[in-house]
Amino acid sequence: MSRESQISIGDVVQRTAQFEEELHGERMTINIGPSHPATHGVLRLKVELDGEVVTRCEPVVGYLHRGDEKIAENMTYNQFIPYTDRLDYIGPIHNNVTFSLAAEKLASLEVPPRCQAIRVICCELARLQSHLLGLGVYGMDTGAMTVFMYTFTEREKIYSLMEMLTGARFTTSYTRIGGVARDVPEGWLGKVLAFLDGLEPVVEEIDQMLTRNRIFCDRTIGCGVISREDAISYGLTGPNLRASGVALDLRRDRPYSGYERYEFDVPIGSRGDCYDRWLVRMEEVRQSISIIRQAVEKMPEGLWYNDEARKIYVPPKSKVLTSMEELIQNFMLVTEGPQLPEGEVYFEAENPKGLLGFYIVSKGGGVPYRLKIRSPSFCNLSILPKLLKGVMVADIPVILGSLDFVLGECDR
Amino acid sequence: MSDELLTTLMERRTFLSARPSADHPAVNCPASHLVAFLRDLRDAEGFEMLLDVTAVDWAESRRPRFTCVYHLFDLERSRYLRVASDCHEDANPTMPSVAGLWATADWHERETYDMFGIRFEGHPDLRRILMWDGYPYYPLRKDFPLAGEETDLPGADVAEHTDARVSAAPMAGGPFVSGTSGGPMSEREPRAKDESWTENAPKPKKPDPTKESS
Repeated sequence: MSRESQISIGDVVQRTAQFEEELHGERMTINIGPSHPATHGVLRLKVELDGEVVTRCEPVVGYLHRGDEKIAENMTYNQFIPYTDRLDYIGPIHNNVTFSLAAEKLASLEVPPRCQAIRVICCELARLQSHLLGLGVYGMDTGAMTVFMYTFTEREKIYSLMEMLTGARFTTSYTRIGGVARDVPEGWLGKVLAFLDGLEPVVEEIDQMLTRNRIFCDRTIGCGVISREDAISYGLTGPNLRASGVALDLRRDRPYSGYERYEFDVPIGSRGDCYDRWLVRMEEVRQSISIIRQAVEKMPEGLWYNDEARKIYVPPKSKVLTSMEELIQNFMLVTEGPQLPEGEVYFEAENPKGLLGFYIVSKGGGVPYRLKIRSPSFCNLSILPKLLKGVMVADIPVILGSLDFVLGECDR
Repeated sequence: MSDELLTTLMERRTFLSARPSADHPAVNCPASHLVAFLRDLRDAEGFEMLLDVTAVDWAESRRPRFTCVYHLFDLERSRYLRVASDCHEDANPTMPSVAGLWATADWHERETYDMFGIRFEGHPDLRRILMWDGYPYYPLRKDFPLAGEETDLPGADVAEHTDARVSAAPMAGGPFVSGTSGGPMSEREPRAKDESWTENAPKPKKPDPTKESS
């Protein structure tokens, strides 16, 4: 008997089954997390082990529950925007955009093309932020430290771009209902392009380092396979769903914020394993770079807010301080919030992690009556009990890394 | 397009009624037909994905008090459908579980139970998910205050050792939200919603906390 067959996973499972009666009572339950480097936050996994094989896994979430939905019901729409930063805090600006789009949908409000293009650039920068971290820590989970250094350095540059644009590196709170807080600063678009020029070779370098790396391939190919049916049944979205071969990308299928004006591909996987999820994210990084270039190139002139939305958008400070009309508008909006009509809307956007949805029930006025946040990470994590059953302990960090979740969004 | 979908859906199903909606087509479905209807939508109408399950507490404004809301998605035609279903009883709301149709409903229904106290009948493992086991309140109900309620610490051993309790947030009567509309401006300025307690005058104790019914 060769040595290889002695240590194969199939053999271990077979042997386990064979001696199950002897091993009965020998199962061990361990806790991974809530504070563990492999769980990327405060996820806790209660794992029951039979030797090296996971027999049962129960994810415990909620350690970061802050009651965002309750908070939203007690403040005006614009006041809630800073809270959306703290959902998927890996790419915070995308949450701002998604929330604003949801509220604008309720108000049947269109923003000018320039605002849409700015938002698209923000969304794609957020996607780069999220995927660069996701790919970096995924590499680290499989034992490749270097990739993380490369991607984190690039992310840092996005933070600097965000700082120029919004005044904050991390908690951006950039959008408003009916527009964005301010126009892009002078020279910012050029800096974005310069950043992309620098990012492209780094992406290729990461690609060379890991995509054909023998060790990485051995650890990820065929590991953590999610079938198309499971992915749909468990409500997976985003790169995790697309890696399982379902071509759902709302940017293409239900375009919002002017995404129909840009050309991009939607990469999908064929096997739904950890390796496919890596490939899909790698390709999405390239597509995002291309979308940002197109958006910068076609950047329309005009206003960055809808100036007809007098009961929704707070006018720029220069106008508030010089004109009576705008001063009153400012006062009313700050005290009462944007006046949105009665009704129910459900809006989802293609966030870096998957579909982030806001279900808003409004009774009119400045405060939502009910606001539900459909978070992609919450749904993506719900598949863990099924996915981790029967895998080796050493594969858990790889599978978790490949799912790329964030607990701020999962627990809300 | 949305009207077309609603007409076809409602043609053969007299139990449905159209629901006012600002965006996607929406229907009301009685709880007794819910599971069969959703299975039909999944298998025959192409709504393959269940994206979200949640509930709304209408408090005093409507009877029945709780409504469960399901958002379905058609992958083929990229369209949404909202299905809403009222819970019969206000005191002990229940709803049939759809966890047998979509695995994702498992966690969504646990969350809805956790936040609203709606029991999903037939759910394989209906436990709290975001709050800890044994937490006595349902936080997203409208009668639960934003600041929270005083309650026991999750770990009894730790609580005994430290004598600590979970206390309500010190919001000094907040949150400071303006009234929405009507009345003179002075009444609508941002102010504490609940002015019965401040930093100096503590919050009055509730007589008896709503115990979790089991």
